[in-house]
Amino acid sequence: MAAGRRPREAETTYREALREALREALRSDDRVFLMGEDVGRYGGCFGVSLGLLEEFGPERVRDTPLSESAFVGAGIGAALAGLRPIVEIMTVNFSLLALDQILNNAATLLHMSGGQLPVPLVIRMTTGAGRQLAAQHSHSLEGWYAHIPGIRVVAPATIDDARTMLAPALTDPDPVLIFEHGSLYNASGELDASAPPVGLDHAAVRRPGTDVSLIAYGGSLPKALDAADELATDGISAEVLDLRTLRPLDDAAIASSVARTHRAVVIDEAWRSGSLAAEVSARIAEDSFYELDAPVERVCSAEVPIPYARRLEEAALPQTADVVAAAHRAVG
Amino acid sequence: MTVARGSRKTPSASKPARKTASGSRNATSVVGVDQANARHRAALLEAMLRIRRFEERCVELYSAAKIRGFVHLYIGEEAVAVGVSEALTPEDGVVSTYREHGHALARGIPAEAVMAEMYGKATGCSGGRGGSMHLFDASRRFYGGNAIVAGGIPLAAGLALADHMRARPHVTCCFFGDGAFAEGEFHETANLAALWGLPLLLVCENNLYAMGTALERHEAQTDLAMRAASYGMVAWAVDGMDVEAVESAARRAAGAIRAGAGPHFLELRTYRFRAHSMYDPDRYRDKAEVERWKARDPITRLTDRMREEGRLGERELARLEKQVAEEVDRAVEAAEQAPEEPVQDLLRHVTSAPPEGD
Repeated sequence: MAAGRRPREAETTYREALREALREALRSDDRVFLMGEDVGRYGGCFGVSLGLLEEFGPERVRDTPLSESAFVGAGIGAALAGLRPIVEIMTVNFSLLALDQILNNAATLLHMSGGQLPVPLVIRMTTGAGRQLAAQHSHSLEGWYAHIPGIRVVAPATIDDARTMLAPALTDPDPVLIFEHGSLYNASGELDASAPPVGLDHAAVRRPGTDVSLIAYGGSLPKALDAADELATDGISAEVLDLRTLRPLDDAAIASSVARTHRAVVIDEAWRSGSLAAEVSARIAEDSFYELDAPVERVCSAEVPIPYARRLEEAALPQTADVVAAAHRAVG
Repeated sequence: MTVARGSRKTPSASKPARKTASGSRNATSVVGVDQANARHRAALLEAMLRIRRFEERCVELYSAAKIRGFVHLYIGEEAVAVGVSEALTPEDGVVSTYREHGHALARGIPAEAVMAEMYGKATGCSGGRGGSMHLFDASRRFYGGNAIVAGGIPLAAGLALADHMRARPHVTCCFFGDGAFAEGEFHETANLAALWGLPLLLVCENNLYAMGTALERHEAQTDLAMRAASYGMVAWAVDGMDVEAVESAARRAAGAIRAGAGPHFLELRTYRFRAHSMYDPDRYRDKAEVERWKARDPITRLTDRMREEGRLGERELARLEKQVAEEVDRAVEAAEQAPEEPVQDLLRHVTSAPPEGD
């Protein structure tokens, strides 16, 4: 997988894989519909839903006004009433306008009603930086959502996951938030049509190794894989663990990777303070303290609103070289 | 689009049953209709008394520390919940606010289940997890109990959207207060519902205060029905202290919505006689204002009307009071006896999957 490369014949982009998953969901279940800003006639602000309006019509590929709270809330209500809405929010920064609905309703209704009201809702949104979109389109707030009991948070980082994570999200009786990193849409690769469904419960080892665990998710996965390549030339065998699901975390997979390598580098494009990387590090300290041969390293974004200028943005974000350096520190 | 600005009357002051009878020359049938009318009024009265007496008991129980947390009383506003509920079928959906004891009882949730919830007991209508502000009953399509002002309105639009997409002839009724007019969620949803023609009945209980802030201190334009109409939906202002006026307007709106006329908005002008919550010293209202509104008590108003027409004997009123008092007694007794939700079930219902260790 490589961002920005033109797909070869038989290759699929991350964007196409997402679209194919949407198409399959809309075809196979008439309760499913897609709703959000510019998902229909425009084709999706990142082109994910291009062509779906023509195939499924305006009732099921539903353009909304710029009213995040209203259409996310409407998704919750429609889910309560037996439908299976997929709500698209343009970016995670905009999702803050719907935070009341996501936290106070979607995540809360089941418990607050004593188990009477499950909310089978899927919300997709773009996250992350790297496209010079500055401080209101570039943040990685999925860790905030992973803080909330009652919702599942997933981050497909591969073409296969882009293609296969939607179906189990739709069968989950509870709300599922899908975070698509903006830098991945043009990534391409061959889709493994024969691969068995992997579900939403487990992290995945993307590259086995013995010396250090590089624990990443979403847009940081390609950087972790590149770092592993580079470390290999230095004679360091890095294992790359893709978290895939950010809530609930696959504690067993994290512990078992650390048990193999005894060193961990956590890569997270969010800010370091109070981050998902902090949570993963704390769990390693709690569950795997006696396995560790070195302190856990974290590679996160600088604590700054993501700036526009390319050099500044690159400096703010975790880069492959930062991951390599952190792994060297851990290995010593 | 109709806006009855400042109207103290419903758009249709006539009573539906009488209207049906008006063409009849058969004296017997007119008597029959009058009897049906009298029975209906008695039912309205009983429903309002149930809410009033239930909440008066809640005040006592709060003082006795049997009920804790926030409790927001509906006393004074009973005509709204009772009148609107008359226009709804069991298949319709209801979304409410944190001041929802009246809506829950009018919807038919048994007083026992509501009282047990106030006690935080396992038999409560939310399993003790919601309390006064979060009453739920999925079997009656009662979707809470939303304590974020205007937070229930988008959700109600979604319930209506599902009915709309499935071509089901149901109405979703959403109650909220005048305070919700200052929230974006109301305006976003009003636009969305009108744009999509959703079968949504927006019921604004204008009790003139957003907690302690008077309407003219929180809205630049206080004509709420007119503002709702600006979204392209039918909107009426109605006397919310007259249960029959409320019922008539709600029936007309619900009928139009079922016929495909899209969302309707009712501004029901009402007043809460008690403080905002148990913690509220009520310093922001003029006592004389409260007394003026109490003179328009919806229960007194209906009983006076029934007496004037010779349709309410003192024995009948006493019988209704006794029946309601016994019902509340039973609810309190049942709540006292009900089991607590076990602490080991704390994590149940966070997700649909059983918690680890189950």
